[in-house]
Amino acid sequence: MDNRILLIEDEPNISEAIRFILQRDGYLVDMHSDGATALAAVAQKHPGMVILDVMLPNRSGFDILRDLRANDATAGLPVLILTARGQDKDRDLAMRLGASRFITKPFSNADVLTAVRELIAP
Amino acid sequence: MGKRDLTGSRIRARRLDCGIGQATLARRVGISPAYLSLIEHNRRSIGGKLLLDIATGLGVEPVTLSPGADMLKVDALNEAAAGFPEAAAGPDDTAQFVGRFPGWADLVVRQHGQIRSLSRLVETLSDRLAHDPQFAASMHEVLSVVTAIRSAAGILTSDVDIEPEWQARFRRNLYEDSRRLAQGMDALVEMLDTGGDLTGGSQSLLPAEELERWLSEKGFHIPELEGPQAMSADELLEQTPQLQRTPALRAFSRAYLQRYRRDAGRVPMNGLMRAMAQETPDPQAIAAELGCDLACVLRRIACMPAESGIGPVGIVLCDASGTLVFRKPVDGFSIPRFGAACPIWPLFQALSRPMAPLVQRLDPAGPRLDRFVAVAISQPTGGTSLRQPQTFEATMLLVADDPHSGFSRAMFSAAADPLKVGSGCRVCSVQDCVARREPSILPGAGGDERGAGHIL
Repeated sequence: MDNRILLIEDEPNISEAIRFILQRDGYLVDMHSDGATALAAVAQKHPGMVILDVMLPNRSGFDILRDLRANDATAGLPVLILTARGQDKDRDLAMRLGASRFITKPFSNADVLTAVRELIAP
Repeated sequence: MGKRDLTGSRIRARRLDCGIGQATLARRVGISPAYLSLIEHNRRSIGGKLLLDIATGLGVEPVTLSPGADMLKVDALNEAAAGFPEAAAGPDDTAQFVGRFPGWADLVVRQHGQIRSLSRLVETLSDRLAHDPQFAASMHEVLSVVTAIRSAAGILTSDVDIEPEWQARFRRNLYEDSRRLAQGMDALVEMLDTGGDLTGGSQSLLPAEELERWLSEKGFHIPELEGPQAMSADELLEQTPQLQRTPALRAFSRAYLQRYRRDAGRVPMNGLMRAMAQETPDPQAIAAELGCDLACVLRRIACMPAESGIGPVGIVLCDASGTLVFRKPVDGFSIPRFGAACPIWPLFQALSRPMAPLVQRLDPAGPRLDRFVAVAISQPTGGTSLRQPQTFEATMLLVADDPHSGFSRAMFSAAADPLKVGSGCRVCSVQDCVARREPSILPGAGGDERGAGHIL
């Protein structure tokens, strides 16, 4: 399986830290920060997995996830949701929309690494 | 039974306090013990000379045995008991309780008042936490920065060797994020401080809240915009620094004042007050007589001056999405500040039946016994071109139960059977509500899994 990960997160320091720990683990990481063009970035990069923030500029991560699942080409793509919205209803919504994993902020590096390793190999 | 005179109970309580036997007191006063027993059990009314004699016989001031303020206590206790039916504190016992244990009754009444105000605070803060976009943005900022700090710190303290260039970068990130965190926390603390004082401060208020506060100080009546000598909305705005604090507040206020002045021109206050002073005032009939729409009359009623004697009224307006766009609160009927109101309200029912007035008795859920009548209508707004989408606005006037107000009496006689409503699902105690969209935070109030299924 492709070990390329597309990280869609608008907080640059979080993106930098996640990219660092994933690259150190052997993954290839592309970064993207805008919700409106996230789907285009997925189509362009062909990642083996997406890490997706919920509260993005211009478009919600939930909307992006819904579109990913509606598209045959990305319906089975592993998607790890990162969000500061940790309420049960947000988790339920993410899982119903087809999220593969759901992690709430503030998370630890180990949380992210464990979730990613479960979804794709380095 | 619950509101009867409690003089007898007070006599009995004082007599027992003084350690005087019933027969002894009866002898001192010159009546039979059997008759005193009837008096003490509130089965005979008492006043005048006999009351003075009994007070003398007990060695207390007559005023301490007189009826009066206890009626308020009885009402408050009955209200408190209504919130806990399982406690089996029936209204038949309330009068006895107040008469025999005035101190305890006072304590319960005070605690009930305290619970009521705390409930209102919880309701408002819960509403704010769930829906206030400023609060949500602040929380998101803090959580994002904490996440960045945690990740960077985790990397720097890991056992793995890190190149000096990356070490420097993450140290710089840590420094920047810790400063951002301090700023974010300051903003959050300031917001929560203001949220705790719901009547003070304006730092984090939304434009609608600031306008509402100004209107509240004026009793929602603006004499400057009434009558033939009315000034323009812009003139009033220029003279009102409280409404100019931000561009958003200024724009929001201008729109409100312009509409107020238009309404005042269509429904002059003097004529409205005359019409409302009739025996059975009817907003729909007033609208027909003045040749204007019902929503305009409802808005004008909501801004009648307090001395008009129509009693407590509130008003809520929403757009076609159900978003509350204006509110004049009325005591006893909770209106959420940031939307997510009760879908049962006639305000929202009206949206599905444009131009058809609704009149509905409403009993708010909760321990209070307030009753209201809602008069609601939905009307088209805007739409100056066939190419534009048609928009609607719903208006709901809330009329409190006030026996001294002819308008209130007329509305209650016109309204259908009562409907139990809440403020919003999160703080509503109504169980098995067909419209519940999320669990309540109140214990035992439908806080099950049901509501979550309606989110999508």
